[in-house]
Amino acid sequence: MDFLTLIQLLDSTVRLATPLLLACLAGLFSERAGIFDIGLEGKMLAAAFFSAAIASVTGSVWLGLAAGIAASMLLSALHGFASITFRGNQLISGVAINFLAAGLTVLIAQSWFQQGGRTPSLMGGGRFTPITLPFADAVADVPFIGPIYAELISGHSILVYIAFAAVPLTWFILFRTRFGLRLRAVGENPAAVDTAGVSVVGLRYAAIGICSVLCGIAGAYLSTALQAGFVKDMSAGRGYIALAALIFAKWRPWYALYATLLFGLFGALETRPDVITSLTGMRVQGQLLGALPYIMTVIILAGFVGRATPPRAGGEPYVKER
Amino acid sequence: MTATTVAPAIELKGISKAFGPVQANKDISIRVMPGTIHGIIGENGAGKSTLMSILYGFYKADAGEVFISGTKTEIPDSQAAISAGIGMVFQHFKLVENFTVLENIILGAEDGWSLTTSLGKARKELVALEQEYGLNVDPDAVIEDLGVGMQQRVEILKALYRQADILILDEPTGVLTPAEADQLFRILGRLREEGKTIILITHKLREIMEITDTVSVMRRGEMTATVKTAETSPEQLAELMVGRKVLLSVNKAPATPGKVVLDIKNLHVTDEAGVERLKGIDLQVRAGEILGIAGVAGNGQSELLELLGGYARGTGTVTLNGTAIDLSGKYADGKSRRAKGIAHVPEDRQREGLIMDFHAWENTAFGYHHDPSYQSGLLMNNAAIREDTEAKMKRFDVRPPDPKLAAKNFSGGNQQKIVLAREIERNPDLLLVGQPTRGVDIGAIEFIHQQIVALRDQGKAILLVSVELEEIFSLSDRIAVMFDGHIMGERLPGQTDEKELGMLMAGMEATQ
Repeated sequence: MDFLTLIQLLDSTVRLATPLLLACLAGLFSERAGIFDIGLEGKMLAAAFFSAAIASVTGSVWLGLAAGIAASMLLSALHGFASITFRGNQLISGVAINFLAAGLTVLIAQSWFQQGGRTPSLMGGGRFTPITLPFADAVADVPFIGPIYAELISGHSILVYIAFAAVPLTWFILFRTRFGLRLRAVGENPAAVDTAGVSVVGLRYAAIGICSVLCGIAGAYLSTALQAGFVKDMSAGRGYIALAALIFAKWRPWYALYATLLFGLFGALETRPDVITSLTGMRVQGQLLGALPYIMTVIILAGFVGRATPPRAGGEPYVKER
Repeated sequence: MTATTVAPAIELKGISKAFGPVQANKDISIRVMPGTIHGIIGENGAGKSTLMSILYGFYKADAGEVFISGTKTEIPDSQAAISAGIGMVFQHFKLVENFTVLENIILGAEDGWSLTTSLGKARKELVALEQEYGLNVDPDAVIEDLGVGMQQRVEILKALYRQADILILDEPTGVLTPAEADQLFRILGRLREEGKTIILITHKLREIMEITDTVSVMRRGEMTATVKTAETSPEQLAELMVGRKVLLSVNKAPATPGKVVLDIKNLHVTDEAGVERLKGIDLQVRAGEILGIAGVAGNGQSELLELLGGYARGTGTVTLNGTAIDLSGKYADGKSRRAKGIAHVPEDRQREGLIMDFHAWENTAFGYHHDPSYQSGLLMNNAAIREDTEAKMKRFDVRPPDPKLAAKNFSGGNQQKIVLAREIERNPDLLLVGQPTRGVDIGAIEFIHQQIVALRDQGKAILLVSVELEEIFSLSDRIAVMFDGHIMGERLPGQTDEKELGMLMAGMEATQ
């Protein structure tokens, strides 16, 4: 494998890791506050559809992004009503959201666009286009560093940079702010937060609010940056892989970056069977790579690579009691 | 004294609170003077906790008023209680286990949005507080690494950090060792000297007598009396709590020990984590005697009961009536033990003794479900079990004696009576009893103790494990002290005292 192939491979790793990273951080906020969110998948899908639909109708990708985030927030609010306000089962509520999104997106797409459950292809201002960073063209010919800067670091859409910037930001919010302390506390022992005079319900809604924004960006990225338009079931299990990455990352923001990059690399390799063949000297089924994130998560969960302790109050509705 | 001119730190007037048809608090009025320790005593379910929850803003009272230092105060939520200067130390601590002491203390009382600034400021204040009240805790220690005594200090510091003048402690000694409880009382004394007002909720008479200035007694949602501690006695308080005369000490004739029933030689037990919990135990229990095992929880008593009860494995020799018991083979299980005549009242009745969602009659059949009288062909004869259970419930004064009620719907004392009835009525040769009166009302304690003594008087052998020294003293005919998987020594109750046992429990050889 030559240097350029490696750069190409890493470049597509970054692009494939981006939605996973956004969804993983979304899940991190939610689960750190004690709300399991299996509905990442559904929210991403809904956001993907509404982003593409609105971008295609208005021609503005920014309006599309706003619509995607709004759709994701609406579903999050549903999850919040069911699992925070009415103390329902978080898994059931999440699964319901996934089914709802899978069905509604196709139905609405067909009703609006009559193109077999897809949106029209996005063009021009309807898509997030690659950004060329300063001097990218100038240094492109510099050996080694040039291609890394010009190909790998430069030339992504704004959403990719937002996703990567979200990692240190998440870390800062969680571990260096009052809000972060309370958020982590409410996922560990909501009674401690409650008796300290802070609203458990308020914190949990704030957490799923942040979660829905990140999920919305992830969805918008799928249909307006990675692809040019919405197709049926285009989230393709990324919400679940993001959850797997979250466990793999032990609910920590920096580990989430590493985990999603690793899973992104598997995704990139899946599309380049020639690279695997040249590396290993044998043919490896692409499906095997697709399954790797899940296999690795099972290994992590089984406790082979250190212990992954989820937030202790995760999944439990808070009932005030003495 | 100019008590009439000083406003009470807390005054409650006519507080009432009902949960559906249950009147948890009925027209309660109370005055707590500043700078005093005021005890509130009552049986489980008497309404103590409800009253304090109202004061801390967890529940809204149906009627009544709260005055803090003479000013009428509304307490709609915990935030309001904190602002009014009320701090609460709950029975089950409200700490975030994987946070540090400092993080727990500032949670909800941070100084601005930045955590770094808040932590820095809080650290200085905490050190000052710790020095002022003699409450030493490492600010950077993680809660789950601290013992319960230390965790309780963190709770107290949390309240002091929020500038609480009134401190409410709910059953604070339930989880503490005697030494830790003494330390807590010293801290409370210090807080009183500093002018803090303390409300101590407990069902332990000894604590009330030891530390409070005034005591209020609650029974069935009503405040039945408020008296000066110096002018009352444990007997009077017990009577006020239960509503009838209660025997605080067990009436029992001297034991007449017979042949050796249980003989334990060089017993070792290693737990699943590979830690050796019993390190060579030798014990004998004779017919017609109660052997009490004293010790701080976690020194091997539980493992001893589990091994004898048949759900832990070990090595060594244990004989029952002269025949060896299988400690690690095919017959090392509860069923074989019961067949040999060993009955077991486990330490944690809610986890090991009962299935809380099952009916009383189902719980009574557990372990004895192979009994021929419970069978009807291939099926269980449920009617027969229910009938049998009802009879047992009546004999053991379980209230209400309804076999179709789920175990969780009985009070702690009545749950324990169900377990005792199941085990004692099988007429075992050896009864293992762990913490028989933990969380049990004082009236039920009397009954349970009488049943255990009655079984002894029938010539049965009884092995009692309890962390309550009072219970050990009042029931045991002989006392063995366990520490770190060893028997530190055996004493006769008449020839020792709490101090000597306390030394043995702490692992120190008595020097006498």
